[in-house]
Amino acid sequence: KTVCDLNLSSVLMNSNLVHRADSFFLATKMAAPLTLLLIVAVTIRAVLFRSSWAELISERVEVVSPLNAWKRVVEGLALLDLGVSPYSGDVFHETPFMIYLFHFVVDYAEIVFMVSPDLVFCLSRFLTSLKQKYALESDRYPADCLELLRSPKEMFYIPLKVAMFYLLNPFTILSCVAKSTCGLNNAIIALFILCTLKGSALLSGILLALATYQSIYPLTLFAPALLFFLQRLYIPVNLRRSSFWFFTLQYAFIYVGSLVVITGLSFFLLGSWDFIPSVYGFIFSVPDLTPNIGLFWYFFAEMFEHFRLFFICVFQINVFFYTIPLSIKLKEHPVFLIFMQIAIISIFKSYPTVGDVALYMAFLPAWSHLYRFLRNIFLVSCVLLACSALFPVLWHLWIYAGSANSNFYYAITLLFNFGQILLVSDYFYAYLRREHHLTHGLYLKKKDGTEATLVLK
Amino acid sequence: MAAHRCGLSLVFILIFSSLACHSSCESLEKANEDTEEKQSVSDTPREVNSDGSIAAEDLNERRGRSTDAELDRRDGTRTSEALTPAAAARDEFQEELVIRPLHSGDIYASFQFRTLWDTDFLQEGQKVSHYRLFPKSLGQVLSKFSVRELHISFTQGFWRTMQWGQPFIPSPPGAELWVWFHDTSPDFCSILSVDGNWKELTNVLSGIFCASLNFIDLTNTVQPSASFKPLGLGNATDHRFLRYATLPREIVCTENLTPWKKLLPCGSKAGLAVLLKSEKLFHSSFHSQAVHIRPVCQDEQCTSKAWELRQTLNVVFDLYTAGQGKKEWSLFKMFSRTLTEACPLATSSKVYVDITDNPELFELSPATPLLSQAVVLGDRRTYSVYDLSRAETFGQLRSLNLLLRWKGDGEMLRPLLHAERYVAGFGLQTGEIHTVIYNNHPYRAFPVLLMDSVPWYLQLYIHTLTVTSKSRDNKPSYIHYQPAKDRHRPHLLEMLIQLPPHSMTEVTVQFERALLKWTEYTPDPNHGFYVGSSVVSALVPSMVAMNTNFTQDQPLFSSFVPVKEESSYFVRVYTEPLLVNLPTPDFSMPYNVICLTCTVVAVGYGSFYNLLTRTFQVDEPSLPLAKRLANLIRRIRGVPLLT
Repeated sequence: KTVCDLNLSSVLMNSNLVHRADSFFLATKMAAPLTLLLIVAVTIRAVLFRSSWAELISERVEVVSPLNAWKRVVEGLALLDLGVSPYSGDVFHETPFMIYLFHFVVDYAEIVFMVSPDLVFCLSRFLTSLKQKYALESDRYPADCLELLRSPKEMFYIPLKVAMFYLLNPFTILSCVAKSTCGLNNAIIALFILCTLKGSALLSGILLALATYQSIYPLTLFAPALLFFLQRLYIPVNLRRSSFWFFTLQYAFIYVGSLVVITGLSFFLLGSWDFIPSVYGFIFSVPDLTPNIGLFWYFFAEMFEHFRLFFICVFQINVFFYTIPLSIKLKEHPVFLIFMQIAIISIFKSYPTVGDVALYMAFLPAWSHLYRFLRNIFLVSCVLLACSALFPVLWHLWIYAGSANSNFYYAITLLFNFGQILLVSDYFYAYLRREHHLTHGLYLKKKDGTEATLVLK
Repeated sequence: MAAHRCGLSLVFILIFSSLACHSSCESLEKANEDTEEKQSVSDTPREVNSDGSIAAEDLNERRGRSTDAELDRRDGTRTSEALTPAAAARDEFQEELVIRPLHSGDIYASFQFRTLWDTDFLQEGQKVSHYRLFPKSLGQVLSKFSVRELHISFTQGFWRTMQWGQPFIPSPPGAELWVWFHDTSPDFCSILSVDGNWKELTNVLSGIFCASLNFIDLTNTVQPSASFKPLGLGNATDHRFLRYATLPREIVCTENLTPWKKLLPCGSKAGLAVLLKSEKLFHSSFHSQAVHIRPVCQDEQCTSKAWELRQTLNVVFDLYTAGQGKKEWSLFKMFSRTLTEACPLATSSKVYVDITDNPELFELSPATPLLSQAVVLGDRRTYSVYDLSRAETFGQLRSLNLLLRWKGDGEMLRPLLHAERYVAGFGLQTGEIHTVIYNNHPYRAFPVLLMDSVPWYLQLYIHTLTVTSKSRDNKPSYIHYQPAKDRHRPHLLEMLIQLPPHSMTEVTVQFERALLKWTEYTPDPNHGFYVGSSVVSALVPSMVAMNTNFTQDQPLFSSFVPVKEESSYFVRVYTEPLLVNLPTPDFSMPYNVICLTCTVVAVGYGSFYNLLTRTFQVDEPSLPLAKRLANLIRRIRGVPLLT
């Protein structure tokens, strides 16, 4: 235990040092490419906003879902103007905060949507601070593992890569041009990660509550955030320690407290609890079967009526289910756990859009040191690329040309989700394998001295 | 059955003894037999049904007497309840047929049968049990569900306002039902009971009219706030007591006509109703039958209230194209029957033929000296009147067969208000509903109320609502919008739009098509889904002064909608229903989809489970079986093991 604590303290000191150095570098060497990137990203969005494509994109079912379509936000505002509660119908499913946000900035909506992804990009800078430890603890690892660790130079470019991956990802651009409120939710989650990594428990708890309030699923990010703070404060995860319980309760209190406050505030803004069934009931019971890139729509369109409730429970539990085992397995690596959780949410949530996919894909450059252990990254990339191209094609064939039917589109959603699952599990595998190598050496030998193969047992 | 008869006759004997002082025993014996015989046939008293013309003559004879006391008594025996003073009811029956030659060459025939009865169905604690002319089945419905006004129509075909002008009583294609319930107390409880009553009422009416009115549920019922005001007495404005529903897909056929005819006092045995032969009526361009029940004033001063049952049947015969090129028609050609007598129970029985355009357009025979003028729908029309209660109407042949020959084509006055509707857009994702309303008045602007009820599976976006007239934005002065709730409630959109003179106003609203659960589709999902007609209600400025005086002997067709002021008249225009296609899932796939989706989820679960529960280990190939056996022996022997 003491050794562990010592190690952690050194890690923290080192990371602080590096962090300072990092900011220094950013100020000097990174500023130019980052500004350039920002300008390129904003230009692309501005051009698309003004082009005739914007309307086409904002109608795409892959890009917007009933939960976050801009058209529905406008509809909600129009209903509010007519004196009708937006939640009395089944078109508007945003939270009350969103109505009031857009009530004031509806004319500047484009700017809001352009700014929000940039917030995400802030995250990228700080993602690295944690990774430093590998570089600086190299003396603890077997000598042949040195090549597994990243050089400071590699680390240095990670923020830029993350920013590029998010800002120039076609998925993000589409989502942004469609003015999907998914971008705002992503920004909240990104800010939450940022605050967590910076070590501000209060802000992290509040932002997590806000993210949960927006779309219930980020609830599962509570576990990794807590693990991160515990690790940061050298509190071992031990159920018999009072310090563990003290901090857990403290963080839970911040989280639940701000959630209650936010929900209460929305009640006072609106004067009724109508938004609870209309937002969260809508997310959980999946009444709208409009096609999207997820697994829910066709499954529940074709479901036998008496099994519906059972399968809704199964599918929703499935999203939350992985939190506990993953937290146990990855309790030393909360940042990777955050990535896993976000990926699982975006695959298994009830109304996913490409914006959700883009969020977890932004993390991928941060795991660039895992590339050598990925088994089928080529296949997965091909699948995801092909699916992305086939979505609009098969949608057109089904809805407009009438020469295909719903099964075609469904098949592509299946394949797309299969690809995503493969991608995430591949990264998980690679991460675990790297951890194994870090402790046992990179070139493992069998007893007889020949080269060994690693298997999962 | 025997016990029932025995009990029944016992009751009769009791009542007879009380009535003995009024009439002779002999006639009562006869009545007893008569009623007992009919009790097993039907509930509603219909003197002419069973024995046709003989009974009719009999009744004619009786009608000559000063009172109908005996008749009343005969009915009283049937219901086996004591006679109340109110049951000596003053009820009367009128029948009327209006024939209007249309300029398109078609013939519009409109039947109206009106029963007036000065009783009160909604009286607390007093059951109305004595029925004479009013159908008992409807009377019981009224009192059971505390209905204040009931309007139901079944229509096959679409009324073409541009070619045919305004109908006397408009109706949308399919079935339409709107009911005002009696508002005893506007508290929450009684509003809840309205919903329950509505549900039951639709089911009961479904049985009475042999129609699929039981498909009316919360998903297609709306409560319009302004478009449907009560037509009868009372000025209730609380629209929570109003229910309106349409079934645009309802197909109307002879099984709906038969129960409708049975509600008439004379059935289809005598009077104008003999013309209602389904093989001819349904071989027409437009057929609409309706029942309207409402409380009305009994006289001009409105001192007493009466219940009015109006049964109307409108039919448009397409004789111009179906008549082998000859533009002539007769009653016999249209209905394959001629008129021989009036309904003996009717106080008035008349046939009106619109001869405003005579003699330029057509020639009518036999000619009649009786002419009548009426202001109807903002136009002064002249009618030839054939009074069926007078013997000379039938002439030598004892039958009336009106004959009309067209002489030329005429220009028709364009209807002042006219509306149409269509769906724009392509593909199965989104679309746009266009409603076009025409004001053909040369210099007057007037407001119209537009009501749209759209099913929940077309999600309307109210922010895309545009109203343009003369290519300028025309902001509605009143909008009542109730958004739909999935699987619970349709959209309701009501607007008050000012129509500029001589203009075309276009109302557009975008919608999105939902993908439904596979069990929610109709058996032929690719046929599409119907959206009921929009309703345009308006007070149209009249060209001539409307008659606001209430007179008893006004023709029925001109007295349906109460006229409040001289300068305008009320018009309701229904647009076409829409047929909208929705995206469909593959109906043969439920098992496959469940299997495939679950497989993908299982792949995710499996791979995570694998990584979570296992650890990395160096793969040590196990020794071959022979070596392992050898090692077993070596271990016993204490010799070093093989590797």
